[in-house]
Amino acid sequence: MKGQVFAITLVVISGVATFIMFISTVDSLSLTRDTFYREYRFADVFINLKRAPESLKDKLKDVPGVNQIETRVSAYVKLAISGFPEPVNAAIISIPDDGKPLLNRLYIRKGRLADPTKDNEVVINENFAQAHGFNPGDRFAVIINGKWKTLTITGIALSPEFVLLMKPEAMSPDFKRYGVLWMSRKALSKAYDMDGAFNNVVLTLYPDAKLSDVLAQLDTIVEQYGGFGAYARKDQISHRLLSGEFQQLQRSSEIFPTIFIFVAAFLLNVVMSRTINTQREQIAALKAFGYNNIDIGFHYAKLVVLIISAGLVGGIAAGIWFGKMLGGIYMEVYRFPFLIYTLHPKVIIAAVLISIASALVGTFHSLWRAAKQPPAEAMRPEPPAQYRVTLIEKTGIGRWLTQPSRIIARNIERKPIRTFLSIIGIAVACATMISSGFFKDSIAFMVNVQFVLSQKEDMTVAFAESTSRRAIYELKELPGVHHAETFRTVPAKLKFGHRSYKTRINGIEPDSRLHLLLDTNLQAISLPPSGIVLTDHLGKILGVKAGDMLTVEVLEGSKPIRQVPVVALVTLYLGVMGYMDLTALNRLMREGDAISGAYLVTDPMYSEKLYQSFIKMPRVSGTVLRRNEVRNFHDVQAKGMLFFTFIATLMACSIAFGVVYNSARIALSERSRELSSLRVLGYTRGEISYILLGELGLITLIAIPLGFFIGYWLCAYIAQALASDLFRVPLVIETKTYSLAAAVVLASALASGLIVRHKLDHLDLVEVLKTRE
Amino acid sequence: MIAKEGQANDSVEVVFQVRDLTKIYEMGEVEVHALRGANLELYSGELVVLLGPSGSGKSTLLNILGGLDTATSGYVSYRGKNLTKANEQELTEYRRFHVGFVFQFYNLIPSLTARENVAVVTEIASNPMVPEDALALVGLTDRLDHFPAQLSGGEQQRVAIARAISKNPEVLLCDEPTGALDSKTGIVVLEALERINRELGTATAIITHNADIAGMADRVVHLSNGRITEVKVNTVKKSPCELQW
Ligand SMILES: Nc1ncnc2c1ncn2[C@@H]1O[C@H](COP(=O)(O)OP(=O)(O)O)[C@@H](O)[C@H]1O
Ligand SMILES: [Mg+2]
Repeated sequence: MKGQVFAITLVVISGVATFIMFISTVDSLSLTRDTFYREYRFADVFINLKRAPESLKDKLKDVPGVNQIETRVSAYVKLAISGFPEPVNAAIISIPDDGKPLLNRLYIRKGRLADPTKDNEVVINENFAQAHGFNPGDRFAVIINGKWKTLTITGIALSPEFVLLMKPEAMSPDFKRYGVLWMSRKALSKAYDMDGAFNNVVLTLYPDAKLSDVLAQLDTIVEQYGGFGAYARKDQISHRLLSGEFQQLQRSSEIFPTIFIFVAAFLLNVVMSRTINTQREQIAALKAFGYNNIDIGFHYAKLVVLIISAGLVGGIAAGIWFGKMLGGIYMEVYRFPFLIYTLHPKVIIAAVLISIASALVGTFHSLWRAAKQPPAEAMRPEPPAQYRVTLIEKTGIGRWLTQPSRIIARNIERKPIRTFLSIIGIAVACATMISSGFFKDSIAFMVNVQFVLSQKEDMTVAFAESTSRRAIYELKELPGVHHAETFRTVPAKLKFGHRSYKTRINGIEPDSRLHLLLDTNLQAISLPPSGIVLTDHLGKILGVKAGDMLTVEVLEGSKPIRQVPVVALVTLYLGVMGYMDLTALNRLMREGDAISGAYLVTDPMYSEKLYQSFIKMPRVSGTVLRRNEVRNFHDVQAKGMLFFTFIATLMACSIAFGVVYNSARIALSERSRELSSLRVLGYTRGEISYILLGELGLITLIAIPLGFFIGYWLCAYIAQALASDLFRVPLVIETKTYSLAAAVVLASALASGLIVRHKLDHLDLVEVLKTRE
Repeated sequence: MIAKEGQANDSVEVVFQVRDLTKIYEMGEVEVHALRGANLELYSGELVVLLGPSGSGKSTLLNILGGLDTATSGYVSYRGKNLTKANEQELTEYRRFHVGFVFQFYNLIPSLTARENVAVVTEIASNPMVPEDALALVGLTDRLDHFPAQLSGGEQQRVAIARAISKNPEVLLCDEPTGALDSKTGIVVLEALERINRELGTATAIITHNADIAGMADRVVHLSNGRITEVKVNTVKKSPCELQW
């Protein structure tokens, strides 16, 4: 039983480890985030506006529910970094002249805050600093309000506002091309003519404040100052993405450990019922000596607990180790000052209780049988096994079966439930493996849809402000620009019933060649001349379908509120946006033919020249390269995915090995007698191995297609469970993934087969002749 | 086929030759001498009974003759081939094509019917009988499709005999074939063995600790304490139905 206990231990370790890993990572990241938010005073409400006098602050503070408030100056700037020719953008945010910010405080990792008396010092965020290898004392150039200025880095900081730093319109983080700079309020105000004024407000609320009321009141107050709409923390980009990620982790922590608990319980069941069967006589003897049912049941329950306790200890240790590793991976993208790794005692208690409970439930049947056996009956040997001619043989195939094959078929059919559970167990291992490959496949697919089928532009050029359509000619004339299409982006709050979502509406040219909207079959659909098209995920968030009437509250310009019909939902795996015909959007805005930027097809030979031109053009605020977007997306996903693949492979192998090895050992102990008899009759080692391993092989071969099937559904469930605002996971599984899953399962089966084969080669032929069955 | 009455004749072929055979089992510190220099010949076509008390080394000798076990020292040959030097693979082949076994506990495959248990052997043999014919020889024509669990002990042992002879082996080695059976059933089994020896001329060795069975043999080999103490030729062979115990 040693090997079997080991196999079970392996499965319990994997199960407990994944459970502890996911839960502790979720808990640690949540605690880290909450601590960071609290200690560094992350704001509850955010407001952007054009320009308001500082005196407005008191009015805002008087809104019931508002606790602390801080006004800021912020801007969007272009940077020039020597040795890095591509366009780099940054958000620049003021810090009070009298020292630290009141809200969204900075954690200074290195250096110091900027000196308020100097106008050329900045603090930069850590991701950005690391991406460029910046240290305090380094310098770079920036265009502030149209003028070049060289800034000196005084410090490197982290902020609760930018735990996940992403350019608002980007699809994935790009730490090289987007950063945050903090500069003293005085210097920044001066540069942007904002003396005694502000354009950004952050504030906290009292716990009893009613959020929607506060937002409404704030909006009314800032309205005349060009307010873009107050929004709550839940709509703050860093927080929103972070929450999405936590939710995904939470889901994973539910899915994967559940699989293990099921498998471990099943394995224990098989092993315990076998053990109890072979110990019938001891049980009877104990009972004859006066032990009662409870004593007997308790004796075996103790054995079960003992078997899994080794797995529990190992699993907890491995779980902590994996949890720290996973936490570390998250920390590379999500910037917290430090990870507070926590493992609540209650998580350990839960792991222990769940494992023991499922193990006992798994063995309950055999324990019960052991306990209630009357001693006299137990003293008798078990009645001989009953065999029947199998259904398969009755179909006529039977005539062609060799006797060894017949033995296989009959053994499989004699214990249908056990065979079925073995098949399910192996299938689950295969499915687990598929689920890990699935991530790679779906991300590749996602990238292909997004960046190959849907967005065909090489560069996206964004203008600082919405501009006349004529600006496009300036771009078209640049050398290396082959084709240009305009677009208009407006921030808006979309409302349907009681649900709302703050996002952007993208107005694109109706006959666009570069930006295509795809239906569920990935066919380009033509943009309707009126109405709005939503990504399917946004449709789900808002609960709308084609034909519904959506309330669109534009958050810029004259801030019109309009009813717009939803004309279609389109498939997009990244982002959550609304799309309209450019003309229709402008009509809605009542702004004539304004544009926010252009999509360009460019000649790669001219890339650097173009970057230089864009940096110099005051109108152009930022440039995004599709090539980078694709690469970033891969980069961010790659590490996490690699880790996940590693864990899933480990899990799949341990399940497959555990199940196959257990089946093999039990088959061996049940059949060693007949296998030895066959050896006596002149069967070779290979021939008797066929009987035992053929049975396992057959089970494995049946399990694999079933595993494909279960894997598909598992992936479908995961895809649905893991959908977030950042991206949705399309259900795409490549043939390669299926093949790899099958290969891993086969290899694990083979490994356990070889171990058993080794034992078969050393059967004692003479021994079996001396004993009655 | 060699005439039965010719055992003493020089023209009779020697099937097994055993010289100074010893077998020592090492049980930790203790050495058990199961065979202490046994010498014996077995001839084609004869029926030999190996008689001796429990623990005298009968099974050990038979297992070595059958290629199931190897001797510690000494020499065994089967039709001139040295079995003591044979490797695992050669022994397997030897059992597969030349020897038929019958054991005290039948050693049938529980998941196969009587017919299929015989087919297990005929499938891999080079010159087999039809399984039904082998079962007919032991009088089990009406039990072809019964599983072992559905057969009585005597019937199971007859299936085992049918299985053993179905490959048309040169020798049939039987270790206490009636040991688990009552005397009436035991006699039916012995009749089957006797009939096969008579009709097919298969050299047959039957192990027993029951002296009464010795009456049906051509020769009786007495074993005691790992040595062959006496070989007696029966001048009058009894038929199994005349035996009594
Ligand atoms: N595998 C074994 N290991 C140790 N001792 C054995 C083994 N097989 C047989 N023996 C010993 O060898 C002696 C002869 O056994 P065996 O040939 O089975 O006797 P018999 O068949 O005449 O009853 C006995 O003392 C027995 O205990
Ligand atoms: Mg014996």
